Parts: sequence; structure tokens; C-alpha cells
Amino acid sequence: MNLEELHRREYGRILATLIRVVRDIGDAEDALQEAFAAAMVQWPKEGLPRNPVAWLITAARNKAIDQLRRRTLAEEKKKEIAELAAQEVDAPVPLDSLRLIFTCCHPSLAREAQVALTLRTVCGLTTEEIARAFLVPPATLAQRIVRAKAKIKGAHIPYEVPEDEALAERLAAVLTVVYLVFNEGYTASFGSDLVRKELCSEAIRLARMLCELLPAERECKGLLALMLLHDARRETRTDAHGEVVTLEDQDRSRWDRGKIDEGAALAERALRGGPPGEYSVQAAIAALHATAAKAADTDWRQIAELYAVLAGIYPSPVVELNRAVAVAMAHGCERGLALLERLELPGYYLLPAARADLLRRLGRNAEAADAYRAALALVGNDAERRFLSRRLAEVSARVH
Amino acid sequence: MQYMLLCCIDESGWNALGNAERDQVMKEYDGFVQGIVKSGHYRAGGRLDSATTATTLRWGRGRLVTTDGPFAETKEQLGGYHLIECRDLDEALAIARRIPTLRVGGAIEVRPVLDPTHD
Repeated sequence: MNLEELHRREYGRILATLIRVVRDIGDAEDALQEAFAAAMVQWPKEGLPRNPVAWLITAARNKAIDQLRRRTLAEEKKKEIAELAAQEVDAPVPLDSLRLIFTCCHPSLAREAQVALTLRTVCGLTTEEIARAFLVPPATLAQRIVRAKAKIKGAHIPYEVPEDEALAERLAAVLTVVYLVFNEGYTASFGSDLVRKELCSEAIRLARMLCELLPAERECKGLLALMLLHDARRETRTDAHGEVVTLEDQDRSRWDRGKIDEGAALAERALRGGPPGEYSVQAAIAALHATAAKAADTDWRQIAELYAVLAGIYPSPVVELNRAVAVAMAHGCERGLALLERLELPGYYLLPAARADLLRRLGRNAEAADAYRAALALVGNDAERRFLSRRLAEVSARVH
Repeated sequence: MQYMLLCCIDESGWNALGNAERDQVMKEYDGFVQGIVKSGHYRAGGRLDSATTATTLRWGRGRLVTTDGPFAETKEQLGGYHLIECRDLDEALAIARRIPTLRVGGAIEVRPVLDPTHD
């Protein structure tokens, strides 16, 4: 294993344990950076240590403690440092990774700071990589991270997994951050494909870690399942020219079977054992889509029911919009249209786009054309705009 | 570690509550304060008179200016404070969320107090 690979795989885990030992994110980061730099010089000369992770963690810890000693003059502090130095650490402790992600996603930090800090520390992405992925200047991103770390230190945000009574609320914030990272990678219309793929795989890696460390929390499984099921279809969502391909028209033979099987199995486990959470229900819906052999085999009836369950957990007009489409596919487009008529989503292009699609299926081409025009007036994404324009041309050609 | 809980409330909203409800909130408030005294978190606290009784001093055009009213014209006004001793922010937040004015439109700002002996 080379150093770069080691960095990718172990950076966040080692850092998490170092932070617990030295009680400061910045000090731990600096020390780990130095340890990696020392490894880069020493390992090629002296050979790979027998346990590279233990080598790094010990080297970083010693560097951090030296640094603290140099900085501290107060006698009482020196005792504290001696205590730190007495702690034995030579392997990352998994619970520390959990502590770190809960600290990074603390509700007293702004959402964008939570995302940036999680990617920087838990995932070990560089400030430049994160800045590129979120299309913000690196200096802005760096400042966001510096401020968040200062707040963690100044306000004494604890380095702990929250206790039972607060866990549900705090976990929800963590899952939101993870899903946001995934969606940024999955749906962003900008940035190189490589950067975006990286975000998706980081989000999946984080969710795997959460599943492992919080096995009783079913929503972790639900979120992991949901992301795997989406990711399985990544390559087929656009054609060779970058044009949007709808779910109905995607080449199902190119979907990633391994991810679908894993996602579907996880979704099933996430649903079992009590009232389901929002990610688990969404995962179940994604699993029904992903496991249909062809579009016509999709179990729309069950999907419509699942959207009704989702609306019960998380009432939102966007969920109602999806439910209306599922009802249309299961029970006829007229019924779906009737549900859409009741919705109000100002400025949201998917509402007129959904109406347009149902009208198109019903052959009500003139009305469909109007609805496509309304959607085009609101759409922001270029690929989506071209898709809607193609559909508008199709239905317009049929109007006489 | 000390934290200041700054309790803000929209005074007109508070005044618009019925007497019975205001009395109920204040009774719960007494219970809350007794609770943090008993648990050892309490360091200081107090309820402020209405923002209409406030006087603000600030420098303006090279001299000290005295004006009527609070320093900022916001919907919510500072109505009271608690100074508490806590292990960390989570403990302070857990105490802050028990403040009874929260359910009648209040907001609590939680701020760490700098330790003058630290660093």
C-alpha cells in the first residue's frame, strides 16, 4: 500500500483518534500533516514500517505533544500535557470517527460549515477539493472551516456521541449532511465528473461507517440503501451527448447490479422493526424502481402507497408531487392530474413538467405544450432545459 | 466553563398573552431557576424591565450620545439572562431548551463567556 492510498483510507480515522487525545482539531491536523510528511521522507529510506497506521498515529501524537510542550509555560498545564502523553494510542478507535462526525455536524454550526468540516476532517478531502466541488473560492471555504473550528473550541462543543435522548435529533443532522454531500455529487450540473463521483463515494463511505457504528439506527441503513440505489443508475442518466435520459428510457442492463442488490437488501432491513423513517421509505421506492426488469413492470401501486407513507412522515408538496405521478402511473393519468391541480409550488419547474408529461401521455397535446412552456420558463439546469424543449417540440408537432 | 443565556422575547407578543398564561409561564420560570440552582449550574441571573425603560450610550460624531431605547430596534428584546456553569455547549443547550418562554415565542441566545485566565 502506498502512502497516498493510506492517506485516503486512514486519514479521517487517525485524525479522529488524535483529536480525542490532544483535544483540539487544529493541533491534531497539524501533527498528522507532519507525520505524513515525515513518513514520505523516512519510509522510502528505511522501508515500510510493519504497522504503518500505528507508526503514523504514534508519530503524530508525539509531534502534537512536543508542540503543546513548546507552547505552554504554565505549570498546571504541564501536568495536563503529561496526562495526555501517558495515554497509549497506536490504533484508530472507531468510536472516535463517530465522535468527530457528530461534532462536525453539531446543530450550532451552519449547515455549509458542517458539510465543509465533515469533508475536510472525516473524509480527509483538501480545502481545494471541497471548494472545487461546491464552486466556492478556496479562500472562502478555508475561512468557513477555520471559523467552524474556532467555534467548536470557543464554545466547547463536546467531542462526544450524543446521549440517547438527543441522539435522534443529532443523527438527523448528520444524515442530512451525508445526503447533501451525495446530492451535490449526484445532481450538480457543474464540476468535473471526477469531483462529483468522489463526493458520491465519500457520502456512501460515511453512511457505511454510520451503519457499522450505529447498527440499531435503521435510518442509517435507509440512507445508505437510497444512495446505493441512485448511484447504481448514475451512468445511464445521460446519453453520450450529455442529454437527459428518463428513468423509463434508461438502459437497465447497464445498471450496477451489485449496488442494486445491496441497496434493496438494506432497504428491506431498514423498513423492518418499527415505524420507518424518511430515508428508509425513499430507499424502498428506489428499490422498486431499480428491481423492475423493465419500466412497464414497475410496481406503481406500491410506489404510490409508499409516497403516501412518506407524506405522513414528512409532509411536503414535493412528496405530494411524486405521489401524484405514481398514482397517475398506477391508476390513470386523470387521477394523477387531479392530484397535481391541488398543489402549489411557486417557481418549481418540476410541477408544470409533471403536468406536461401526464397531459402528453393523455394525448392532450396543446395543453401539454402550454405546460412544457411553463416548465421551461422556470428550469435552471441546461440538460433539463434541452430535454423539456425536445418534449415541447414533440407535442407541438402533434397539435393541429 | 460559563455560558450566558440571553433570553429574548417579542414584548408585544408577551404582553398580548392572557394574564393566566403569563402567570403560568412565570411560575414555570421560578421552577426552572430553582432547578438550576439546585443542580449547581446557576451563577447569576435576572429579569430585565421592559425595553422601553432602556437607555443606550454610544459614541457618535465625536461625542458620547445618550439615547432612549435599546441599542438595536429588533422585534425581539432582551428580557433576562442566566449565567450558568457547564461542562460544555451541549449541557448549556440542554438547560437552555428548558426555559419556559420558548413556547410563547421567546428565543435564547447561548454564548460562552471568555475565561480571563485562559491563554
